[in-house]
Amino acid sequence: MSEPILQLDGVVTDIGRYHILKGVTLDVPRGQVTMLLGRNGVGKTTTLRTIMGLWRAKAGRILLEGQDMAPVPVSSRAALGIGFVPEDMGIFSDLTVEENMILATRSGPLDPARRDWLFAAFPPLRTFWRSEAGNLSGGQKQMLSIARAMAEERRLYLIDEPTKGLAPAIVSTMVGALRELKAQGASILMVEQNLSVARALGDRAAVMDDGAVVWAGAMAELSADPALQERLMGLSVEAH
Amino acid sequence: MLVNLISGDRPRSTILTILLLVVLVCLALAPFLFPGVRPLDTAARICVFILLVASYDLLLGYTGIVSFAHTMFFGFGAYGVALASIHMERGWDALLVGTLAGALAAAVVAFVIGLFSLRVRAIFFAMITLAVASAVAVLVSQLFQLTGGEDGLTYQIPRELTPAFRLGEVFGVRINGRILNYYLVFFTCLALFLVLLRIVNSPFGTVLEAIRENDFRAEAIGYRVVAYRTAASCLSAAMAAFAGSLYAIWLRYVGPDTTLSFEIMLDVLLMVVIGGMGTMYGAVLGAVIFVLAQNYLQTLMGAGAGLTQGLPLIPQLLDPNRWLMWLGILFVLSVYFFPTGIVGRLRTGK
Amino acid sequence: MSAAPDHSPTFSRLSLTDRLSLAAPYLLVPVLVVIGFLAIGAPSSWLTLTVSGLAMGMMIFIMASGLTLVFGLMDVINFGHGAFISLGAFMGVSVLFWLSAWTDAPSLVLNVAAVLLAILAAMVFTGVIGWAFERVIVRPVYGSHLKQILVTVGGLIVLEQAIHVIWGAEEIYLNRPEALRGSITFGASALERYRILAVVVGLAIFVAMRLVLRRTKIGLIVRAGVQNGEMVEALGYRLKLVFIGVFIAGSALAGLGGVMWALYEQVITAGMGENMMILIFIVVIIGGLGSIEGAFIGALLVGLLQNYVAFLEPKVALISNIGLMTAILLWRPQGMMPVVKAK
Repeated sequence: MSEPILQLDGVVTDIGRYHILKGVTLDVPRGQVTMLLGRNGVGKTTTLRTIMGLWRAKAGRILLEGQDMAPVPVSSRAALGIGFVPEDMGIFSDLTVEENMILATRSGPLDPARRDWLFAAFPPLRTFWRSEAGNLSGGQKQMLSIARAMAEERRLYLIDEPTKGLAPAIVSTMVGALRELKAQGASILMVEQNLSVARALGDRAAVMDDGAVVWAGAMAELSADPALQERLMGLSVEAH
Repeated sequence: MLVNLISGDRPRSTILTILLLVVLVCLALAPFLFPGVRPLDTAARICVFILLVASYDLLLGYTGIVSFAHTMFFGFGAYGVALASIHMERGWDALLVGTLAGALAAAVVAFVIGLFSLRVRAIFFAMITLAVASAVAVLVSQLFQLTGGEDGLTYQIPRELTPAFRLGEVFGVRINGRILNYYLVFFTCLALFLVLLRIVNSPFGTVLEAIRENDFRAEAIGYRVVAYRTAASCLSAAMAAFAGSLYAIWLRYVGPDTTLSFEIMLDVLLMVVIGGMGTMYGAVLGAVIFVLAQNYLQTLMGAGAGLTQGLPLIPQLLDPNRWLMWLGILFVLSVYFFPTGIVGRLRTGK
Repeated sequence: MSAAPDHSPTFSRLSLTDRLSLAAPYLLVPVLVVIGFLAIGAPSSWLTLTVSGLAMGMMIFIMASGLTLVFGLMDVINFGHGAFISLGAFMGVSVLFWLSAWTDAPSLVLNVAAVLLAILAAMVFTGVIGWAFERVIVRPVYGSHLKQILVTVGGLIVLEQAIHVIWGAEEIYLNRPEALRGSITFGASALERYRILAVVVGLAIFVAMRLVLRRTKIGLIVRAGVQNGEMVEALGYRLKLVFIGVFIAGSALAGLGGVMWALYEQVITAGMGENMMILIFIVVIIGGLGSIEGAFIGALLVGLLQNYVAFLEPKVALISNIGLMTAILLWRPQGMMPVVKAK
């Protein structure tokens, strides 16, 4: 098995006086989708933000393809090929959809073939291409946020709860698009609360509790074992 | 009893305690320890500025908002006394009416400014107070029929407070109205300072500090941040007005340069920062050091400029008029390297 | 792979009132001009006042634009901005004195060349000072408004005093170059040439700034950064560098504004920038912190109102701007066109 694309080793992050991550150890394998699961407030979002560099890790190591990320500022991490979809979507609402996408491509203009692919995956982006992003609905903003991460080929995608608060029809659009991304062999680390989405997309799963990863393994193993789910997350996949 | 008087807010440093006691004794006995017109004048100025700086610290240090209108409120108090003394009969009631009217006006204006700026962002407050204060300063110099314009106003205060009023001799010092006037200033400032100390150590003061540390959280816990900030701003404005009234009673003169100028505003800022933001005792040390330095250091700079006459640039830099430049540099350096001021240093250094 | 399910576009059409409320700030300027016309009565005086109001507004805008962008980008409030105005004016005027042979010559080309050189020198000078100011004064206090205000006020004092040391404590009087003196008669009203030029320059700078902000990638980064700096970083751009660039550009524009104001008033003092700051703050507040368009409209409103009121009731002119600010904050507590922050 090849070296993981991303390795976290005992990562500790404080926010103000609060200790949020207390030693996160996690491998994200190349070309697979890793689901980061767990209850609210256990540090999933903080983990992604720490990988991105938006919070500073106080201790521990973050390695992207073996390279230590500690001295690398946020912008350079992005330049190294990390695509990031933040929890709040991070849409520039005064800019048009097109302008949001222009900013997402650092190396020259958006490739037309890629644009058409994104249009096919997220039709509203085509419709509102020249409208201000602030006028989009919540689901459309989420599409834009993901499309922005997908505007260029990245080494790693960090996606924070793409289905939060969305209508079922839009959730299936998201799942469809992410499945296409996965089919291209992308490496993805994704926070998800919705277990059926996690099951549909995930190869691997890592469950967090109280600032640390408490279980890691194959997604299939987790989804086949309701008792384990109950124990780790206090919830289980409803049979359907 | 003593601890109760200072609201349980101990200096928490031996050196600080000693310094504060020295200041207190010197100011209390100033007419006897330092006889003469100029030293007494300096002592009165120190008293007034301690109160002014302490009232500003309530805003800057305890509430964490910057106002540039503090000298405007100071001026309200001063002009209140001046106008009342001119338009009413000479007497104590004129002083009282002027003082109260000044304080009331200050509180009302502070309330209105707070209403417009604090509701949105605390940073608006700094800009809006600057704009309002400068408009008022220009207005005062324009409405010279009322305010005497740039020349200011002189007026009569009760005879008991003037040098013409003689009372006899104590310890070889002739007691006159001037000394009574000094003690009026001294005891009022002391009392109001203790009131401020009480305010910042009350539950109200605790909430203000919580807001300064994290206004979102304070709001989330259920405190009405805007209401608290506005209340602090009104209180601080009224206190500044009281200081202004006392200054007007002492000087028997008001003018834009003594009460309203931006330069005094900067002096006050510097005194708070040097003394230590968020510690009422910092106001005491800041005001004492600054006023003394202002009175005696400029003379020194003049001498320095004279001595270095032949050299390039240095005489210009030491020119007493360049006092402000050194002030600015000192100011920037103290914010960087000395953010807790003298009091903070003394407390942690222990 | 199946296509995504159909989405019926749910993009809400803006209602008439929404659109009116968006356009309202833009309408204020013509409304004020019309009110001015009705209040003044005499068309010739009105035209003169309108032109000088616009000229004043444009110059204030040039000086305010950097300040508002700097705030929007990094949440930095710079009370020392006024010093760049003064420094620009002194530098520009020094160059004009040095080129007095050119400015006094009755040659349009030489006059214009002298003014352009003065502007260039002033902008380079204030740009460099701005760069140093950012490094020395502002950078250590990112994230704390309280310290920013204190430290930049300190910086303002030091720079102002430095002007006293270098150029002396006295105010300096100057004459405009030949070509910029005099006025054009238009109907019954006399319009000063220089004011017309100021309007043209101000408008050109506004248009250029808008083009840069809307049509170039760096402009997009700046606008995006004003809304959500963290996301701009997460997309791979170094916001700090962009910010320093904007800070330098804003300082240089303040310097340009200083030269233009010096030629307008024909006298300069070290405190001129500090005095302008009061109007600039009013403009930035009523425009909405961080908004270039807001600052532009705000500046025009302040300039026009000041001139109209000074003509109608000179004593009220001083507080008319405070009144304007009050009225606008009552209407929109965040200013006319506040930038929507991500958080």
